Amino acid sequence: MDYTIFILALPLMSFLLLALAGMKMSHKMAGTIGTLSLGTVTALSYITAFKFFGAERIDGVLPTSTPWNFLWLPFTESLHIDMGIFLDPISVMMLVVISTVSLMVHIYSFGYMKGEKGFQRYYAFLSLFTFSMLGLVVATNIFQMYVFWELVGVSSYLLIGFYYTKPEAIAASKKAFIVTRFADLGFLIGILIYGYYMQTFTFTPSEEQLMKAGMVLPWALGLMFIGGAGKSAMFPLHIWLPDAMEGPTPVSALIHAATMVVAGVYLVARMFPLFIGFAPNTLHIVAYVGVFTAFYAASVACAQSDIKRVLAFSTISQIGFMMVALGVCTATNPHEGGLGYMASMFHLFTHAMFKALLFLGAGCVIHAVHSNEMSAMGGLRKYMPITHITFLIACLAISGIPPFSGFFSKDEILTACFSFSPVIGWMMTIIAGMTSFYMFRVYYGIFWGKTNENYEHHIPHESPIAMTLPLMILAGITVVAGFIPFGHFVSSNSEIYDIHLDTQVAVTSIIVAVLSICLATWMYARPTQPVADMLQKKFSCLHRAAYKRFYMDELWLFVTKKVIFRCISTPLAWFDRHVIDQFMNFMAWATNAAGETAQPIQSGKIQSYTMWFLGGIITLTVILLLH
Amino acid sequence: MFSLIQMQAEISLVVFIVLILLADLIMKEPHHKQLKVIACSLTALQIILNIFPTSEELFGGMYHSTEISSVVKTILTAGTLLVFLQSSEWINEKDTSHKAGEFYVITLSTLLGMYFMVSAGSFIMFYVGLELASIPMACLVTFDKWKHHSAEAGAKFILNSMFSSGLMLYGLSLLYGSCGTTYFADMTNTLSGTHLQILAMVFFFAGLGFKLSLVPFHMWTPDTYQGAPTAVTGYLSVISKGAAAFTLMNILMKVFGNMAEEWSIMLSVTIVVTITIANIFAILQSNMKRFMAYSSISQAGYIMLAVLGANAQGMTSLIYYVTVYIVANLAVFAVIGAIERQKASLLLKENKRLTESEIYEISVSRDTYNGLYQTNPRLSFVMTIAMFSLAGIPPFAGFFSKFFVFASAFEAGHWLVVFLALMNTVISLYYYLLVVKAMYITKCDNPLPSFNSSKSVRACLFICLISIIVLGICSNVYELIFRFA
Repeated sequence: MDYTIFILALPLMSFLLLALAGMKMSHKMAGTIGTLSLGTVTALSYITAFKFFGAERIDGVLPTSTPWNFLWLPFTESLHIDMGIFLDPISVMMLVVISTVSLMVHIYSFGYMKGEKGFQRYYAFLSLFTFSMLGLVVATNIFQMYVFWELVGVSSYLLIGFYYTKPEAIAASKKAFIVTRFADLGFLIGILIYGYYMQTFTFTPSEEQLMKAGMVLPWALGLMFIGGAGKSAMFPLHIWLPDAMEGPTPVSALIHAATMVVAGVYLVARMFPLFIGFAPNTLHIVAYVGVFTAFYAASVACAQSDIKRVLAFSTISQIGFMMVALGVCTATNPHEGGLGYMASMFHLFTHAMFKALLFLGAGCVIHAVHSNEMSAMGGLRKYMPITHITFLIACLAISGIPPFSGFFSKDEILTACFSFSPVIGWMMTIIAGMTSFYMFRVYYGIFWGKTNENYEHHIPHESPIAMTLPLMILAGITVVAGFIPFGHFVSSNSEIYDIHLDTQVAVTSIIVAVLSICLATWMYARPTQPVADMLQKKFSCLHRAAYKRFYMDELWLFVTKKVIFRCISTPLAWFDRHVIDQFMNFMAWATNAAGETAQPIQSGKIQSYTMWFLGGIITLTVILLLH
Repeated sequence: MFSLIQMQAEISLVVFIVLILLADLIMKEPHHKQLKVIACSLTALQIILNIFPTSEELFGGMYHSTEISSVVKTILTAGTLLVFLQSSEWINEKDTSHKAGEFYVITLSTLLGMYFMVSAGSFIMFYVGLELASIPMACLVTFDKWKHHSAEAGAKFILNSMFSSGLMLYGLSLLYGSCGTTYFADMTNTLSGTHLQILAMVFFFAGLGFKLSLVPFHMWTPDTYQGAPTAVTGYLSVISKGAAAFTLMNILMKVFGNMAEEWSIMLSVTIVVTITIANIFAILQSNMKRFMAYSSISQAGYIMLAVLGANAQGMTSLIYYVTVYIVANLAVFAVIGAIERQKASLLLKENKRLTESEIYEISVSRDTYNGLYQTNPRLSFVMTIAMFSLAGIPPFAGFFSKFFVFASAFEAGHWLVVFLALMNTVISLYYYLLVVKAMYITKCDNPLPSFNSSKSVRACLFICLISIIVLGICSNVYELIFRFA
């Protein structure tokens, strides 16, 4: 499968082309170049997936392959950094997800970004991002993953700050970069520990190398998880994601819903054999972090009024689900215990599709009413029928209503949770209920309720075909994706896993979801919302706290500004300015003074030059003879 | 006759030189444009013909070409091609165009001298090569001979060159006296480090130290670099230096292998003094060419660090360093040359009654670069990257080349020298960034107006830029050289 190199090369080339020559092209041309290259990449990814999953199983396992591997930096015999392409079930699955969503976003952006200044730059960044993300998932070793991990971070930074004249966008892009970079420090330390003790960067170290690592491995994996938690916006490192919504909405769909933010989940899944074999306790920490994050984000999402923020918190919460699913795996029964792994990947897949759909739908709405606030919307179902229907499908999917895809994946996650611990199982079921509640709150807020008065001045209209086509395609995928026999493709030990619905869990979760939807309908579907207003008044304290995201941002600001800046940075700055800088100034002064003193030596007279020449010879000879 | 053919690199170069000479004689004037094409394509052909390293020993060991020396020859030839590309605008000028043929022939003759120097198997051959590389060089330096500064530079170069050759020849005669032979292979075992031999070695070292411009044999460098035509300065600073560095290391390792202890002391002292003195002087320069002269002196010090390594790895680091240095330095000189010409023609147009040397002073002054970024962003960009590479800032090739020479000296146990050299890189960073600062930060009301260089200058800049970036990222280059070392 040598052609796989083009999956990486094409987006890179289109990035270089658009970045270097984009300004000379028309908008249409730039967009077409980006989209065509992505279309080819998507086709190649599908072919790869088709070939990979269609291959003959060996001992019941799909054969992995490394079509490309290039030795980049050798340190020792076993410790070297490679750049290559590694194909296994999850990386191929990710190829499909990334290229599909990215293609949809490329097409969608034709309509959404039409006429924007910097259209070519936008497409250049999209290509860069896609390249980085694809490189991340096909990494053959942990270090290559890290390189692309950071590239992904950079392209995310560039895209969040796309509207660079807007102060909020600049602040958000910086915040996203700094927070994730801070978390990546953990990742890097983890990698270095991993490499130092095991003398390898591969994902599959040998027995002997594992013996060398011994007790250090859980720490290395835990540190790597910190990096993953930063990218995947796990509590308390989630604070950057809601702000990242300042970027263009299609970007949010691509990066902050479907692909980049699940990189952390992917990382844990990539290291899963090591986690489960050597660091089960670390894996449990992953589960607890996931549960808390899912709950926290779901409760915040119930109180937000900006639709993109709601979707952002919903993303955080859903990624929490994926993390929990990975965390509840056990090694006691290699097949059944690995259900969570399969479920997590399944949910990653379905979630990417319906969350991208939600974001793109939200983009259409924002495009129509020119605001993110729910107060500027309402009653839009008459004006935007396609957006309405597709958004509803996505809401049903995320709520876990059969036969939409979210139901199947979420059901597997809940089953895995129940088999690990009923407490976690019930908590996740409740969080799933909250999910349907807040999603339908948004849905009714946008499409039902009172028709907004502002529409008289500006009648909202359905988006152009470039924008609705991706919605319809994604909706189609969302409808059918649940019936994919996912366990046949991806499972913890690569053997075929037959998905069977656990009736008890399925019925419970459907009942909870339906109840929540009914509740949301009762509270929000009507033009006036007496119940919601009453509750908001009664629990104003709680509502405020949730609206303010439980003051997490303020807490971080306090820790950084008051504690770190004041108690650590200020004294260090003093030391730097008065001791180190002064020393440097002295050195600079001394060098300058020496230069000025020595200047006359260079007199321009040949006689004196030869004198120095001879003097040099004599001095060297004397030194050598005395030695 | 048969054995002659085996010196294919030298033979083909001689043939090409003769061809260019004939073309110059036969073709009708003005023919400088066609000559440029001929010279460049023949040089490129020379690279292609000798791309595969070979090893030969001829004339009883007088000529001894190894695989690694063939690699060096190819690199030097490639550098010469870059010099030809960037010299095109200068050579097309009214004053020089009628003797374009001479320029190519003389330059290639010095290159031929370097070929012999690099693949010498005996001191006689080495000396012939050295002189063949030096004497025509003086002609190149005085190429603008009606200009005062060029003539002065040439005079200083040839006088100093004679002096150093004389001393070196004296040293070589002492060696012959003490060993009874001039062949490298036979000398190795007879050298044991007697006082006479030490003296001879120092004389020999001083002779090559002159070519490399190591302190205190460097005094001619700033004056000559400043006065010579810019393309020639570029050639002098990289190609001639590269050949000398390789030869020095080769001979020190091969011939003076038994005296390694002595010469490593000699080198350590010279390196530290060279880098420090060069840096101290470079800081104060505002004339770009003089500044680059001191920069090249300090770079020579860094190149010598690789010699301290004294093994295959050191040899690889040296060649890698020279390669990276060639592209970065030639990029800088291409920019300097372009701006010099542009500014000079501008001053002439303004007609401010400046003398020729005043115009020259202004056009190579750093103040001319103020605010260059606003009008010539691409040129400034190349200059910046080249400066970064010279200063050794990652991820550009200069960082890796510095890293490798430091590593090879460090592994040989010269950690104090490495430490002092590292300290000096900080100073060098300062003065390299002064140029960048002038281009990007210094406020200027009337920066040099935007202009377009000729195609071949742009091609040269493009090749340099790509090489600076790619040589650093691709670890294969180092590995490839190592395979032959």
